[in-house]
Amino acid sequence: MNYTFIALVENKPGVLNRVASLFRRRNFNIESLAVGRTEKPEISRMTVVVDCPNGDMDAHRIEANLYKLVNVIDVQDVTHQPSVTRDLALIKVMVGPERRAEVNSLADIFRARIVDVGPDSVIVEVTGTEDKIEGMIELLRPIGIVEMVRTGQVSMTRGVNDGVRRVPGVTGNRQFEDLEELAEMAP
Amino acid sequence: MKKTGAEILWECVVREGVEVVFGYPGGANMPIYDAMLSCPVHHVLVRHEQGAAHAADGYARASGKVGMAMGTSGPGATNLVTGIATAMMDSIPVVFVTGQVAAHLIGGDAFQEVDVTGITLPITKHNYLVTRAEEIAEVVREAFYIARTGRPGPVLIDICKNAQVEQCEFVYPEEVKLVGYQPVDHAPQESLDHAVKLIEKAHRPVILCGHGVLMSKAEKELMAFAVKTQTPVASTLLGLGAFPASHELSLGMMGMHGEVHTNLAIQNSDLILAFGMRFDDRVTGTLKTYAPHAKKIHVEIDPSELHKNVAADVPLVGNLKTVLTDLIPMVDEYDHEEWKKQISQWKAEGDSRSIMNWERNGKLHVPHLIADIWKATGGNAIVTTDVGQHQMWTAQYYALDKPNRWLTSGGAGTMGFGLPSAIGAWFANKEEEVWAVAGDGGFQMTAAELTTAVQEGANVKVAIMNNSFLGMVRQWQEFFFEKRYSAVNMLSPDFVKLAEAHNVPARRVTKLEEVQEAIAWARSFKGPAVIEFKVEQEEAVYPMVPAGAALDQMLQRPLKS
Repeated sequence: MNYTFIALVENKPGVLNRVASLFRRRNFNIESLAVGRTEKPEISRMTVVVDCPNGDMDAHRIEANLYKLVNVIDVQDVTHQPSVTRDLALIKVMVGPERRAEVNSLADIFRARIVDVGPDSVIVEVTGTEDKIEGMIELLRPIGIVEMVRTGQVSMTRGVNDGVRRVPGVTGNRQFEDLEELAEMAP
Repeated sequence: MKKTGAEILWECVVREGVEVVFGYPGGANMPIYDAMLSCPVHHVLVRHEQGAAHAADGYARASGKVGMAMGTSGPGATNLVTGIATAMMDSIPVVFVTGQVAAHLIGGDAFQEVDVTGITLPITKHNYLVTRAEEIAEVVREAFYIARTGRPGPVLIDICKNAQVEQCEFVYPEEVKLVGYQPVDHAPQESLDHAVKLIEKAHRPVILCGHGVLMSKAEKELMAFAVKTQTPVASTLLGLGAFPASHELSLGMMGMHGEVHTNLAIQNSDLILAFGMRFDDRVTGTLKTYAPHAKKIHVEIDPSELHKNVAADVPLVGNLKTVLTDLIPMVDEYDHEEWKKQISQWKAEGDSRSIMNWERNGKLHVPHLIADIWKATGGNAIVTTDVGQHQMWTAQYYALDKPNRWLTSGGAGTMGFGLPSAIGAWFANKEEEVWAVAGDGGFQMTAAELTTAVQEGANVKVAIMNNSFLGMVRQWQEFFFEKRYSAVNMLSPDFVKLAEAHNVPARRVTKLEEVQEAIAWARSFKGPAVIEFKVEQEEAVYPMVPAGAALDQMLQRPLKS
């Protein structure tokens, strides 16, 4: 199952490499990784979607290992929290004037936008959850996708709720109950 | 006042209390070596950078301080890599400083340019690439702090040549501010309460004493806890010495080549108190059947070790010394007489098979030799080893009562560790006797450091256990590959002549009656000495838990017919 983590890291050279390298080193597959600045210039924020075949136990391992990186400030697991998640895709579709209306109406349904129109192509910008974007892609594919780019998923919890923090120490949000409960889930 | 980057480096290093640094100069760290001349740190010129890394590692293990090693860019740095990984796997605090090409040349494949921070990323606790002199003071301060705090480990600083020569205002950072790095000290009260409840219910408890006991200097607290609760103490390979081997509660080493009664105690226990250890596969055997009846209390400073191999019923994240100090007044006194009696019975059965109870048959068996060295040195020497059969035998038979005297590459299992780490250990305490026990294979990997020992007058005695085989691989081929010996027959040079070529006095021992005299001879003078023991060729280390077997399914030494 895919888990979504939000990591706050120091905005320094090489930190992305450290995080990516950690997932490789500990044998986890990253499904999606998006990095960007935050409201504080010294801090970057990563949204990492990772395949966790062993569920919460893997999530614990990922969090604990991320904290071993000196530049990682905070890690939350937002998988089971009410949150807003968005992915953005730019999709270039090979389409002449005769079928442009068809693409246009599809875009309307998905609340996507045509952001560029050429003689034989258009670029569709679609924002939303991964499911929605996949749905859009499937409908555009028969028309003729020639190029596509996606930003990767970004997530933010709703309201004042934080995600789960399983690892004690760094944030002061100590959820030892979780740490003990994990024992029952061990293979 | 303005100083060069290299001067700032040494200024900071001295403030960290560094007395000795092991290294090798080259093009990209020459300004560092130049500035070193006016600095009160003693430099040891090794013969290969791997030797520098192991020596700094040995110094750190024996002294409890942070070790320091240096190399130049490119091959100088890559030669350190095995030593860095060794320190990482065993959580040893060492700061490595490597030279790097000038910042403007980085990425251009300049002469002796290698991506050192990239290579060492997964084998350091943290690393730095320094491109400006202004960064050095803060980076060095952080590096030493990170290396020695929390779960200790190696930190590497790669310093560009321009940063070494450029000048800047030197301001010593009094404080270290790392927002993302705050090791936990105390475990929370509620978790301690849970632990106490499990301890109250236990009838067959065992303490697993790991390297963390030594790293957090919690030997006294461990003793107090064990005695108060009358809990037997089993040790990991790296935890040896943290609890006195001669103590009635000591069970000795656990695991693949652990004592029979120790492994039986673990498998039959109803409560495991894991103190600063990480349930390595060499300790647990197969996890499916590991300590099936036991609840587990796991005290560990690194949260990523919790539930990694063995699920903990009560995980306690914290500094072991602090956690035990908090825990001791909370627990009651127990006697556990029945349990201790049961373990004694197992021990008696195991002892009947011990090679130590054999009559000496004229041949040289390594366990006997280790026991002889133990007797001669009163069990008080600092002992380093290489990796393999001799390492296990030394762990089994050099029974240690004091901490920080047992230096061996556990996690990484690095051959060639013995001699250079012994040189490092000697610098940690020049009054102590230091013995490096090596095999014929491992010794040849770093034998060039004999001359380093001579140059420094290091009082290091090397015992080479020469069975003309790569013994541990041979043993596995015998047991698990139908004795099909592949690439384990090892031709060695004449070790006596080799040592003498290094100006190291040396002797070869082939007969039992020469053993004690040779050991006495090596101890009779200061400075390095080599004894080559021509030992029984196809001896096996017992007991042995085969890989993938349960911890109590041990191959035992056959009863002597």
